[in-house]
Formats: sequence, structure tokens, C-alpha cells
Amino acid sequence: MAARAEVVRERPPRGQERVSATGNYAAAYAARDADVDVVAVYPITPQVQIAEKLAEMIANGELDAEMIHVESEHSAMSAVIAAAATGARAFTATSSQGLELMHEMLWIAAGLRQPVVMAVATRALSAPINIWNDYTDVMSARDTGWIIIFSENVQEVYDNVVQAFRIAEHPDVLLPVMVALDGYILSHTVEPMYRIPQDEVLSYAPKRPRGYRPVLDPDRPVTMGVLAAPNWYYEIKRQQAEALRESKKVVREAGREFGKRFGRYYDLLEPFMLDDAEYVMVSMGATASLVKAAVKRLRREGVKVGAVKVRVYRPFPADELAEMLQHAKAVGVLDRAIAFGGPTEGPLFADVAVSLATRGVHVPMVSFVHGLGGRDIFVRDVVEMFRILADYARKGRSATTTIFFGVRE
Amino acid sequence: MARYEVRFHGRGGQGAVTAAELLAEAAIEEGKYALAFPEYGAERRGAPVLAFTRIDDEPILEREPILEPNVVVVLDPSLTPDIYMRGLRPDGALVVNTKRGVDELRRAIAEAGFSPPRRLAVVDATDIALKALGAPIVNTAMLGALVRAVGVVSLETLVRVVHARFAERSRSLAEANVKAVREAYEATVVG
Repeated sequence: MAARAEVVRERPPRGQERVSATGNYAAAYAARDADVDVVAVYPITPQVQIAEKLAEMIANGELDAEMIHVESEHSAMSAVIAAAATGARAFTATSSQGLELMHEMLWIAAGLRQPVVMAVATRALSAPINIWNDYTDVMSARDTGWIIIFSENVQEVYDNVVQAFRIAEHPDVLLPVMVALDGYILSHTVEPMYRIPQDEVLSYAPKRPRGYRPVLDPDRPVTMGVLAAPNWYYEIKRQQAEALRESKKVVREAGREFGKRFGRYYDLLEPFMLDDAEYVMVSMGATASLVKAAVKRLRREGVKVGAVKVRVYRPFPADELAEMLQHAKAVGVLDRAIAFGGPTEGPLFADVAVSLATRGVHVPMVSFVHGLGGRDIFVRDVVEMFRILADYARKGRSATTTIFFGVRE
Repeated sequence: MARYEVRFHGRGGQGAVTAAELLAEAAIEEGKYALAFPEYGAERRGAPVLAFTRIDDEPILEREPILEPNVVVVLDPSLTPDIYMRGLRPDGALVVNTKRGVDELRRAIAEAGFSPPRRLAVVDATDIALKALGAPIVNTAMLGALVRAVGVVSLETLVRVVHARFAERSRSLAEANVKAVREAYEATVVG
């Protein structure tokens, strides 16, 4: 099964330039290489450098795009929805409270089936005010109908944004795509990455002829955003749900084709040392790097542990995850977010638990939360989580409440 | 080279974050893997700042703060050993912007209750930066001192990366920073 294949990394990429970049710059480079037509961004920490870099590239002629200066994130999202509705390739970026302020328009983008692409430098939500990393902002947007892709490192930020345009604009999809990058941990970290020549990006994610999808055009008038009464609303929402679920095929195909062309393969999930793993930790984003490091450390001690990285969070790869985890003795989920008042407080855990339970995989499961509001997660913390997970496996039962790892009581 | 970790201590405005980034860029330029990341607070001029560079021959998974650095670089003469000595490996190196000599620094560290690391390096980077740049922004000078003390990247790679970074703003700024790197490299005393 393709989903089990280890991700191929660092095959020498033909014609690609190895550069140093932060995650924020990587997102801006990808938008530029995809030759976006319209950018509307309102700056917010830690996303600011995406806006700065795009403004600079437009000012010095590297990028021929319209920069719309807006007075809020609500307007930024409104502007890119409208731009996409005219057939333009539109891009924006935000974080935290900015994403919350967009919330109403996130639903509109998806409901109107506009292929907007947005980078989200993840950040905790107020109150109390906190500018540091966690995934609670993206989690609170998870039901808005967007495709949501998490990035583990700076290279993935670039690659995911490039893929996002191909996915969003695919005629079988026509949905907005959000690419998450960990605030600071990716947004402000300099790393090596390979940049793809622009002509190759545009051959991979081509700009389609205007009119391949319904667009606002004075010569061929259409109406968008009309009232849908009870006799139609339900069917439209059902279609939207179907479109998002079915987009998995296009997302996978985009990851495979990206690998064929550029040497870095992507799938919905990324298994790590999973083949004979007894205890498996599921995570997302840059947190997955720490989990991999913990797996390597424990493997050196002879403990059979493994990891799964959820790269595509929406649509959630439930079948693929259940298949990957069917032989595990216990499954832990590390959430860098909090879902207040849920059956457990880990939002990713809830998705994993439902996926396994409905597909007949019954193993002890443990929900871990860590790293809220920029609290550092160390590799040794994840090692300790694996030990807790092994304890539950021995007892043969799941944890009924979330373990808030490392919190001061 | 295996894992190599550097921690920069400065105050807001001295360029500690840029120093960490430039060191990573130089390592990346030499084909290595590197992460450079700041410890972010609400940034303001004058506040103590930390920045980190982690370098390796292999891709780096450990996205966690550096607790036991191989090298500590101190950009601000007013910072004290209790701030910058934490976790520095005994076989590591300490590179300090100071008018003091190596022996005086060694005594100050011992008096503060720490064992001095195997290698100490001192340079009056403030003086060099004031002359080269007309401002006490010591980050590039301290990178010159770092390369002199431990040679984690080559001087010429560092010069190329520093030039490229500041040439985006102006050629004269790029040349002034290269001058700061080279002068600090020459002036650094290693003991």
C-alpha cells in the first residue's frame, strides 16, 4: 500500500537551489513561484514576515501581483475570496486571533468553493494573550470546510504551499486550502530548503484558462452567494462534504506527482519506524520531528516504538490511519492544542479515536496534551509519554482523561 | 562533525538573532544541516535575548532549545556569568565581547562559581563595530571571533554570507560588516 511507503527525502533534486530560509519566507517564496495574482494580508505575529516578503517582492518587481491593503483579517479573507471568484490565483496568510477574525469568511470561502490558499503560522489563542506556538487556532477552524495540511519543517512549508494551489484549483476539488506552519518553530527558524525553478512550479501547478470554473465575468454573468432555502441548502452542504472527502484522491495524486517531478514524495500520513512498532505516537506539524527523535532514541534502547505524522488533517485520513495502526499494541496522540469540554481535551485524539473505533481497531489509547502557548516540548518528554503509553498497554485499557504532560499543578 | 550547538546571548538591538541565522546560513552554504531559532519574548531594545544555532551533518529532528551548548557567544559586556554559563559544556568554548583579557575573564567566571570551559576567547567587538559600522551592533564582529575561536565554518564562507545578507540593504553596509568580521577575527585572543 502506497501509504505505508516511507517518505523519500533528500534525493538530489535536479535543478533545485539549496537556500536558507525561515518558514515564513518559504511560504512567501512558494506563493511567488506559483505566480499568485492577488495577495491580501493583514500582519499578525508570527506571520508578519510572509506579508513583508510578499510586499517586498511585489515592490521590486519579482512578483506581478496586486497587494490589497486591508484593515483586518476579515477583510483580507473577503478580498481573496472575491479575487478567486473572478478567476485570480489568490493567497493570504494569518495566525491566531487573525484566523478567528476570519472565521465567518472561512465558511464562505469553502461554501462558495473558492480555491483560496492560505498559510497559517500557528499560534495560541487569547485570553490570556500569548504570541507563541500551538495549534488551537487551526483546530478551531477545522470544521469550516477547508483542506488543512500541516508542515513538519521549512521544506514542507514550501512544498505544501506549492501543492496547495494544484489541489485547490483542481476541477474535482475547488476548495480552499490552509497550510499550517508552527509559529516560531517553523515561521522564525532558518533551515536549508530546496527551491524549485518557477517554470517547473507552474508546470506542476499550472494556471488554468479563465472560465474552466464559474467566475465573475461581466460578459458572462453568474450569481454567487445567493440564498439557499431549505429545499436546496441541505443538498449543497452534502455536496460540499462529499467534495472535501473526495479531495483526498487529488491530494494524494498531488503528493505523488510532486515526488516524481521534484524528488520529495508526500502522502496523507507519514509512517516512521512503524513496521514492527508496538507503541505508536500520532502527532502533527513540527511536533512530529520531536516524536521521530524520541522514536529513534527508544529504538536504540531496543523498545519497539513508532510514529505516524498526520500531514493532511482535513479531510481526515481515517481509513488509512486505521490500516496503519491495526497492529499497534497501544496508540498515543500528542495534541498541541486544547478542545475544551470534549470527551477528552485533545482534538486530534478525538479524530484518531473515532477513526479506529469505527473501523474495528480496538487498542488502548492515550490522549496527551503538551506545548500549549509555546511551552517547550523536549524529546525526553515524548520518551516519557511512550513509557506512560506502554503502561496503559500492559493494563490493557485506555486513558479516559487527557494527560496534560508537564503542566505545573 | 557531529552535532554542534551554539547559544548567543545579547540584548535587544545587538543582532543576536541575526548572528544565529548567519551562522546557520554559513553552515548550510557548506552543505551541512542547521537550524537557527530565537527564544522569543516580546522583543524590545535592551532586553536580554537568546538565540540558538544547531548544526549537523544529518537532517535535524530535535526542535528543542539548546540546554548544553558547545559554544556560548556573549554579545553584551554587561551580561554576567550566571546568565550565560548555564549548561556550557566543560569541553566547550566561551566567546565574549569584552575589553578584559582572557585571564581576567577566567577569574570572573570562577568567582561566580562556574568552572571555565576548556577554551576562552575575548574581543573588544563594541570598539570594532563602532569603528566599522558607526553603531554598537556587534553581531557580525562576534561571528568573526567565533570562527577564530572554534572554526565551525570557514572565515570565507562567513564573509560571503554576511556580505549577501547586508548587500540586500546597501553595498556599503555589506562591506562595513565584512570589515567587522575580518577585524574581529584578527583581534580575537584565544586562551
